[in-house]
Amino acid sequence: MLGRIHSMESFGTVDGPGVRLVIFLQGCPMRCLYCHNPDTWNMDGGTQMSADDILSQYEKNHTFYEKGGITVTGGEPLMQLPFVIELFQAAKARSIHTCLDTSGITFRPERPELLKQFDRLIAVTDLVLLDIKNIDPQAHVRLTGQKLDPVLAFARYLDDKSVPVWLRHVIVPGITYKADLLYQLGQFIATLHNIQSIDVLPYHDMGKAKYKKLGISYPLEKVTPLGQEEALAARQIILRGIRDEQTAVHSLSR
Amino acid sequence: MKHQWRAFQPGVWEREINVRNFIQKNYTPYDGNESFLADATRNTAQLWDQVMELSRREQEAGGVLDMDTRVISTITSHGPGYLDKEKETIVGFQTDKPFKRSLQPYGGIRMAEKACADNGYQVDPEISQFFTIHRKTHNAGVFDAYTPEMRACRSSHIITGLPDAYGRGRIIGDYRRVALYGVDRLIEDKEEQKMTARSTMYSHVIRLREELSEQIRALKELKELGQIYGFDISGPADNVQEAIQWTYFAYLAAVKEQNGAAMSLGRISTFLDIYSERDLREGTFTEKQIQEFVDHFVMKLRLVKFARTPEYNALFSGDPTWVTESIGGVGVDGRHLVTKMSYRFLHTLKTLGTAPEPNLTVLWSVRLPENFKKYCARTSIESSSIQYENDDLMREMHGDDYAIACCVSSMKIGKEMQFFGARANLAKCLLYAINGGVDEISKKQVGPKYRPITSEYLDYDEVMDRYQDMMRWLAGVYVNSLNIIHYMHDKYSYERIQMALHDMNVTRWFATGIAGLSVVADSLSAIKYAKVRTIRDENGIVVDYDVKGSFPKYGNDDDRVDQIAVEIVHTFMNYIKQNHCYRGGIPTTSILTITSNVVYGKATGSTPDGRKAGEAFAPGANPMHTRDSKGAVSSLASVAKLSFMDAQDGISNTFSIIPGALGKENQLFMKDLDLDMDLNLNLDPELELECGFNKACSIPNLMTGLDRE
Repeated sequence: MLGRIHSMESFGTVDGPGVRLVIFLQGCPMRCLYCHNPDTWNMDGGTQMSADDILSQYEKNHTFYEKGGITVTGGEPLMQLPFVIELFQAAKARSIHTCLDTSGITFRPERPELLKQFDRLIAVTDLVLLDIKNIDPQAHVRLTGQKLDPVLAFARYLDDKSVPVWLRHVIVPGITYKADLLYQLGQFIATLHNIQSIDVLPYHDMGKAKYKKLGISYPLEKVTPLGQEEALAARQIILRGIRDEQTAVHSLSR
Repeated sequence: MKHQWRAFQPGVWEREINVRNFIQKNYTPYDGNESFLADATRNTAQLWDQVMELSRREQEAGGVLDMDTRVISTITSHGPGYLDKEKETIVGFQTDKPFKRSLQPYGGIRMAEKACADNGYQVDPEISQFFTIHRKTHNAGVFDAYTPEMRACRSSHIITGLPDAYGRGRIIGDYRRVALYGVDRLIEDKEEQKMTARSTMYSHVIRLREELSEQIRALKELKELGQIYGFDISGPADNVQEAIQWTYFAYLAAVKEQNGAAMSLGRISTFLDIYSERDLREGTFTEKQIQEFVDHFVMKLRLVKFARTPEYNALFSGDPTWVTESIGGVGVDGRHLVTKMSYRFLHTLKTLGTAPEPNLTVLWSVRLPENFKKYCARTSIESSSIQYENDDLMREMHGDDYAIACCVSSMKIGKEMQFFGARANLAKCLLYAINGGVDEISKKQVGPKYRPITSEYLDYDEVMDRYQDMMRWLAGVYVNSLNIIHYMHDKYSYERIQMALHDMNVTRWFATGIAGLSVVADSLSAIKYAKVRTIRDENGIVVDYDVKGSFPKYGNDDDRVDQIAVEIVHTFMNYIKQNHCYRGGIPTTSILTITSNVVYGKATGSTPDGRKAGEAFAPGANPMHTRDSKGAVSSLASVAKLSFMDAQDGISNTFSIIPGALGKENQLFMKDLDLDMDLNLNLDPELELECGFNKACSIPNLMTGLDRE
């Protein structure tokens, strides 16, 4: 089976633990306003590669990846679900740590056939980087062009399956950099048991140049990028949401 | 046993000059962390403030605060110089005061004059006259012997950076010998060498005997240098302060006489640790005092200064002295060589703040202790001032008592030395191959009149064939220019104190260098895999190239082009080896322009890879800027394919990365942990009890994920 690969980064250090080979898959159904990889949207682009092509790249320089592994990101890797399953199965057969960076948007628990595929994927996935774009359902649609339900369902599914998750959340001025939304997100996170870390990322506009190149207008032209301090402040609000929710649950049980 | 050697493990080092044996018998590997380190003392802080103030004034004065224009620098030429005699625990400057640059005319009087003139000083006319008429310099000797072809190569920059007008550097004396044995014993040893040297007067025997006499004279002067500062260094050092001081006097003597392009220190920290361990045991000094000695020593090393011209500084992008100190590594017996002193040296980046000199170089091995690796990583992040070299690679060749000269040249201390010089511009050489030896910028016939390439489109096999011929020619001119240079340097500007701190029979590496490797690899790849059309001037000289189509680029772990780079290095090295090397030198090469790649690029016309005339080369063995598109591992993998045996003098890969791109920031972790603490504190104890493993732990676990990263 061949996958459509947008590009590879041989020295990934922020997409999972250790140094990782990061594979960017082509194709994404979301149209996040702040997307910095619009060149990965198109489903037909990219270079075709097999799982073996990718893993042989990995093996060649495996000493670098001793404490790392591979991360599949995109685009939306779940758009090529069968390929990712094949890749991760092959990786696990070679004892390589696997990490899936996803929005969870293609998850449909009501479709048993698809669910079976997800079960197979999750069996060979060591870590999921889950990006919850916006905790408010309407705002989620406005921000990404897609519904929120599948994302939360996927988060719960991962929790049921006890798959470790690192959560990611991008804060954008006027969109997600809002105290009530951050707090709500914290409350939701508190209901999960598999979350190992929360990474709050400040919005940056480094994708701008790509839009220009692709001839698309940049939707957040007037939004100013945020800094690390804002990210920390936002993170604190999320943590407060988690704590309050936990406390409330405990009070109830007492 | 001498009283200064009390409590040391005996060994052959007592009977012969053998510092390595002394270290191996006596050092204590340290596996702990940095928690034992002491902060800077008040005296250190005050002295450093004084240095910073002088530094500021030097900057204001345009880069030079004071120059000696009258006194020719020798080991004993100047009276004592101090920052603050009361506060300094390690003393000695190159002249009679800090920041005053010494006058060193033996490499070349014109360079000495120009260095003065460019900074607003004038060399005493009598000295100028003396070194022009009565006493020949290295520079004058070289130009007496150069061929017209060598001069042409020099001025067209196909060979750049020939050390024909200044000190060649790159020779590391075993400065530790002075501390361990005292100068008298070293003189005795040299006398014995002279006694046992051959007496049939072949010219090389005459030269050796004369050099040994010079070495003995220099050692005697070294003793005098000690006396100038009130020390008797005829005997061994008695404690760590003396060991540092004795070692420093030996190094100071070297930089008083040699304005070398790299005046490296060696590998002294673990040696010194043996003394500090004994002092700590005997209660002679405290940790705070020992750190102060190290701080004051390093402060001195940071203040080594030479009189140099703006052109020289442009070539090296600054005013480097390459006071390289090699730290750590692993011994051939498998024990690592990290000691507390390794930490203390790196710690100076904190006690004195960060600085490029001394060039602290960690000899990295996978077998270094984990604590030390972490400390290095942290110190690197905080200071960006540590250089790393692959000990596992070099130990095979040089054992476990080698040091780095300049940035990558490894040699056994006191047993190996190096004849170094310049770089062959292989990118320009490729253009010569295409243009039949005509320089693409000056349009002069510099190289041999080989048949030029006349076709419109370049053919890989044809270009390669011509290129090999041109490389063979270039290797010949290059090696022979260096033969002249090193002959004359030995004759007119001999490194007598540094060589006095070597064995009699030394191995001499004949170190060449190459520049423009990635340009050549990509150019040949373009010719092979894309279509390269030549653009000619009115005389048919190719001055530019039009590249159509894509081609594999060096730096992406792609064998199609990486193997071209490997092959070029191998081929050129073989051509170098075909030549006679002065004084039995063993030829090596290096791929390590760290800064001068800009200058080489400036002097080179457009190349078939699409690089335009004048554009900078990539440094060292680096891929060309922005052409590596698969990330650092692939880029490093390309460089790592180059064979060390073909470039034994070193391969460099300059790698800059913002800390944030190396993972999540330190600060973020710390704050996360703080937040976590708050979180726990706010929960009431009962609640905590109630939280089962699965529940309550989900919150602290938010952080453990980060911790593990």
